[in-house]
Amino acid sequence: MSSSCVEFLNVSKSFQDKTVIKNVSVQLPLDATTALVGESGSGKSTLLRLINGLVVPDSGQVLLAGRPIDYKSLPDLRRTMGFAVQGAGLFPHLTVRENITLVASLEGWSNRKIIERYSELFDLLALSEEFSDRYPHMLSGGQQQRVSLCRAMMLDPPLMLLDEPFSALDPITRRNIQDEFVTLQRIEKRSVILVTHDMGEARKLAEFLVIIRDGEVVQEGAVSEVELNPVDEYVSRLFDQEGAN
Amino acid sequence: MNWFVFPLLMILGLFSAVAEAEKQTVVVASKNFNESYLLSEMLSQMLEAEGYEVERKYGLGGTLVCYEALRNGEVDLYPEYSGTLGRAILKVSDASPSTERLNQLLDESPLEVLDSFGFNNTYAIALKDSLAKRLKLERVSQLSEQTELRVAFGLEFLNREDGWPGLSALYGLTQNPTGIEHGLAYQAIDDGKIDITDAYSTDGDLLRYKLTTLIDDRQYFPQYIGMPFVRKELPQEVKAVVNQLAGKIDDQLMRDLNASVVIDGKSFAEVASQFLVESKITTRDVAHNTGGKGLIDLIPESLLENTLVHLKLTSIALALGCLVGFPLGILVFRSATLSRVVVYVAGLMQTVPSIALLALMIPLFGIGQVPAVIALFLYSLLPILRNTITALLTIDPLLKSIAEAIGLTRYQQLRHVLVPMAAPTILAGVKTAAVISIGTATLAAFIGAGGLGEPIVTGLALNSTELILQGAIPAALLAIFVELLFEGLEKLLVKPHMLQNQLVN
Repeated sequence: MSSSCVEFLNVSKSFQDKTVIKNVSVQLPLDATTALVGESGSGKSTLLRLINGLVVPDSGQVLLAGRPIDYKSLPDLRRTMGFAVQGAGLFPHLTVRENITLVASLEGWSNRKIIERYSELFDLLALSEEFSDRYPHMLSGGQQQRVSLCRAMMLDPPLMLLDEPFSALDPITRRNIQDEFVTLQRIEKRSVILVTHDMGEARKLAEFLVIIRDGEVVQEGAVSEVELNPVDEYVSRLFDQEGAN
Repeated sequence: MNWFVFPLLMILGLFSAVAEAEKQTVVVASKNFNESYLLSEMLSQMLEAEGYEVERKYGLGGTLVCYEALRNGEVDLYPEYSGTLGRAILKVSDASPSTERLNQLLDESPLEVLDSFGFNNTYAIALKDSLAKRLKLERVSQLSEQTELRVAFGLEFLNREDGWPGLSALYGLTQNPTGIEHGLAYQAIDDGKIDITDAYSTDGDLLRYKLTTLIDDRQYFPQYIGMPFVRKELPQEVKAVVNQLAGKIDDQLMRDLNASVVIDGKSFAEVASQFLVESKITTRDVAHNTGGKGLIDLIPESLLENTLVHLKLTSIALALGCLVGFPLGILVFRSATLSRVVVYVAGLMQTVPSIALLALMIPLFGIGQVPAVIALFLYSLLPILRNTITALLTIDPLLKSIAEAIGLTRYQQLRHVLVPMAAPTILAGVKTAAVISIGTATLAAFIGAGGLGEPIVTGLALNSTELILQGAIPAALLAIFVELLFEGLEKLLVKPHMLQNQLVN
C-alpha cells in the first residue's frame, strides 16, 4: 500500500521554547538505507526519535507503513524497530547474551529459536562466543557496538533506527563494522534509517539522503543525485567536509 | 445428707477456684528511676500476695509516657507525685495540692489518686559534701553568688516550669545549666565534670555519692508526695490492696530503701519483699519466687530474650519500611515534585527526636511493641525512600531511553533495567535503615517494648554502668552483625562491577 517505511506529514516539535523540528514532510523509502545528515543540533536525532515514539510531535503526523503511530501500544511497535546509538548503550548489569536476548525472551521466543538467532548474529558480526557471558565493561568499544547491533537486530525487525552508532569508534574499527554492516544489508534486506553527521559514512552505507538544517529538510533524494545537484552552500559544504573525521 | 454434700462442696470449690483464676490481671507501671521501680514492685507483690496476676511494665520513659499509658488504659496504676500531677499534668498553680484537691481536679477523668505513701520526694539541689563545706554553701539563695559553678540538670527538671525556670527566676540565679540524663548526672558529679545537679530528696544515691542538698530557703519547691495514680474503674478490692501501703513510708525510710538497691546492690524484688514482710503488710516472702536473685543477676539470663525482642522490633519495622518505602519510591520517582514532597515528609519524621516520636505514638497506639515498631518504621522510611528515589533518578538517561526504545513496557523497564541497576544503592539504604533501627530500638524500652534498651533504661535508673553495658554492648554487636550481614547480602545479590559507581549514603 505504501512504498515508504516512514512518512513525516507536517511534523513540528519544540522543546521548551526552542523549535527543533519545523513542519517537516518527507517520505523515507522501504527496504533501503536512508541517511539523515546534518550538522550537530540540526534536529536529525529528534527526527529519528519521532519514529519510535521516544519523541511525540506537537503537530503533524508520523506514519509507519502508511498508518499513523498508535501511541498507546508503543512497546509492541518498538519491537518492530531495532535501535542502536552512539556508545552502544548496553545495560551494565546484564551479560552480553542477556543484553541481546532480553526482549526475545520477554516476547516468549523458545530457547532454541533464541539460540539459533543469537548464533547467527554472532557470526554475522564476527563476535566470538566467549564474549557471551561477559559484562559490557569487559569489552572494547568496537565489540560493544557490535553487541548493540546484535541487540537491535535480534527480533529481525523490518526497520532499524541507528543514531551515529559508529562515530565513537576508532577509524579502523569503524571501517570494519561499516563493512560488516554493508554485507549484512545485502543478506538481510530491510529499511534502515541512519543518523550521521559524516557524509562519507552516509555515502558508504546509504542509498538515500535527507539533508537537515535547523529542523528543516533542505534536500532529499538518491545519494548521487544530491551530490551532483546540491541545492545550496550548506549541502555542498557537507560533501566537502567528508573524510574530515 | 453427707453423701451429696461432699461433691457439692467440691463443685463449689471448683467454682471459687474458677472465680479465683478469673481475678483480673493488674498492669503495674513505673517510671524509669529507682524509687518508682521499687514502689511499683511493692504494689505488684502486694497484689500478687492477694492472688492477682500482675503484669509489670516498668521503666516507662517519664511522666508523659506513664500518664498517657494510664489514660489509655494500657496501664492500671503507677506511683506518681502530687507536685508532678498538679503542675505537669493537671496544669494548676497550687504549689502543693492535697489528695482531695487532686481528685477534685480529676473528677471528669477516668483516673484518680489513692492515699499517699507518706513521703515527700521533692526536688533538691545537690552538690558534693566537700564542695559545700569548702564554699560554705547551705542554702539555695547562696548560689546567686556562685556563678562560676558548673551546673547540669536532668532534662525534665531543666524544662519543667516547676524546675529550673521557676527556681532561677525566684532566686535570681544566672548560671547557664546544660541538660544531662538524670541517671548520668551523679556519675558526672562524682567524676568532677560538673558541680551541681538536681536530685530527689529521697534518693539513695545521695548517700552513695556523698552529696549534700541545699536548703530551699524560699520554699520554692512544691511538695512531691508519693501516691498511687490509678484508673477509677479498678475493682474496690484492688484499690484496697494498694491502699495498704498508705502512710507506711516516710522520707527517711524511702531514702534507706532506695539506698538498699543503689548502694547495697539488692534487687527491687528483694528490698520490696523484705520491707513488706517487716512492716507486716504481706507474710509471704515473694522475692524467693525469683530465687532471691537481684535484678542485675537476672539480666544475663534475659539477654537472649532481650536480643530476640530487639531483633523482632527492628526486623518488623525494617520489613514494613521496605514494603512501603520501596514501592513508594518507584511510584513517585518520575515526578520531581512528588519525590521532593515524599522525601521531605520522611525527612521530617527523622528530625523528631526518637523519644518524642515514641511519646507521640502513645495516644494513638498505646504503649508496648506496636507503637515502638511504628516509630522505628517511620525512622527506617527515609533512608530506604531516599536511596530508592536517588538511585532510580541517577541512572544514565541514555540507558533509560534505550530501555524504552527496545520495546520494554513500563513494568519491564523497572523489572529488568531500572531496579537491578538501582539495587546496590537501594540495598545501602536498607542497610542504613537497619543500623539506625537497631540503635533507636534501645529507646523503645521507654514505652515498655522491651529489647536491649531494657537493661540500659534500668541501668540508667540504678546508675549502674554494668547494666547499661549489658544492653549497649549487645546492641553495638548487633549493629556490626547486621552491617556484615548486609555486606554478605550485597556480595550475593550485586555483581562487583555494579558496586563501583554506587551512591554511598
